Amino acid sequence: MATPQSAGSPAASITPYPDGPYLVRGDFVVTDQEGNEMPNQRRTIALCRCGKSRMRPFCDGTHKLIGFKAPGEQEKWPRD
Amino acid sequence: MAARLIELPRPRGPLSEQLFEALAGSVQTGIAPPGAVESADPIADDDLQLALYVAYELHYAAIDGVDEEWEWSPSLIAFRRALEEPFEEAVAELVQPAETGELASVGGALQQIVAEDPGPPLSRYLETQGTREQMLEHVVHRSAYQLKEADPHSWAIPRLSPRPKAAMLEVQFDEYGGGSAERMHSALFAKTMAGLGLDPEYGAYLDRWPGVTLATVNLLTGFGLHRRRRGAAVGHLAAFEMTSSIPNRRYGNALRRLGYDREVTHFYDEHVEADAVHENIAAWDLAGGLAADEPDVAADILFGARALLQVEARWASHLMDAWEGGGSSLRAPVAPVPA
Repeated sequence: MATPQSAGSPAASITPYPDGPYLVRGDFVVTDQEGNEMPNQRRTIALCRCGKSRMRPFCDGTHKLIGFKAPGEQEKWPRD
Repeated sequence: MAARLIELPRPRGPLSEQLFEALAGSVQTGIAPPGAVESADPIADDDLQLALYVAYELHYAAIDGVDEEWEWSPSLIAFRRALEEPFEEAVAELVQPAETGELASVGGALQQIVAEDPGPPLSRYLETQGTREQMLEHVVHRSAYQLKEADPHSWAIPRLSPRPKAAMLEVQFDEYGGGSAERMHSALFAKTMAGLGLDPEYGAYLDRWPGVTLATVNLLTGFGLHRRRRGAAVGHLAAFEMTSSIPNRRYGNALRRLGYDREVTHFYDEHVEADAVHENIAAWDLAGGLAADEPDVAADILFGARALLQVEARWASHLMDAWEGGGSSLRAPVAPVPA
C-alpha cells in the first residue's frame, strides 16, 4: 500500500483498499460544499466507496454487508 | 486514573486455590507445578481460566498483597505453562487448518473468514430486543478486555518487521486516543460503564466473569506474550477489527433504544468509525505485510483470526443460552442501578 512516506512524502495520500473504503492519510481536511470542515479526530480516515454507509462521506463498514467488490489498485480502463 | 491494582479474586477450584495461596506467600518459596491438569472443557473451565487470567494479570497490573517479583518467577511461568497447554489444545481443536490457497492472499482470506463468523447473532439480538439488564451484563463481560483495550496486542509490536509494525502502530495510536488520554478507547469504555451505573474500576468484576469470558482475554494475552504467536496476535487483531464496526453500531443502537444518551453510546459510536479505518489497515497492511515478510507465520495469522471467532462464538452462545433460560450470564448478577 502506498503511504505518504513511501510515495516520496506528498502532503496527503488516498488509497483504495480491496472491497473496502478509501483511506486518507497525511495533511488534509474534509469539508462540506460550503467549505465547513467536518470534524474528525483521527489521523487516518476512511471514506465510503460502496455508497451505502450510514455516515457518509465516512465509511461505517456497511460494504461488508452488501458484498461490495472493488480492487485495491487502479482498474484497467479501457477494458480489453 | 491511577495505576492498575486488583485484588486477588475468590478461587474457583484447586488450580486457582493453589495459585492464590502461593501468590499471597513468598516468591522465594515459589509454586509447585499443578500436576496433570484435567479439564473436560478448558475454554469454559472456571478454575483453569481464572488461574490463567491471574497468572497473566501479573504482567498488566499490581495485585494487592502480591510481590511484583512473581511476574518472572520461573516456578510461576512453569505453573502457567501447565494451564496454557490444555487451553491451546482445546482452541486448536476448534480451528480448521489454513488452506494453501488462503496463504497466497492473507488479506482476502481474512475477509472470507470473518464473513463466515460462526457466532450467534448477539449484537442483533441486543439491538432489537435485549433488556437493560442484558445490555449491562454484556458491558460487564466486555470490561474484562475493554478496560485494557489494545494492550494485549501491543505485546506483539517489538516482534514485527518494519512494515507490519508501522501498520500496527497506525491502529494502536488511534486505540490509545491519538495522543489524548481522555480519548483512549479504554477510557471511553470506563465512561460508558460509569454512565450505566457500573463500576469502571479495572478488575472490579473479576469475580463475576465466567471462565468463557476470561478465555476470550486469555486467548489474546497468550498470543501477545509469546513471540512465536506473533502471527496469531496479528490475525486476532485483524479479525477483531473486521468484526467490530457493525456490531458496535448495533450496541450503540441498543443503548439508544433503552434511552441512554451520547455520553454512554460514545464508545460504540467511536468504534463504528475507528474500526472502519482499522480493519483495512489490519487486514492488508498489518496481516498482509507480516505474511509477505514472514511467510512462515501466515498460517498462524489465519489461526489467530479463526481462534478469535471460535472463542467469541463460545462466549456469545453462553450469553444467549443463559438469557434464553431467563438467568444471568455472569457468575452473580450485577445489581441494576436505577436509570
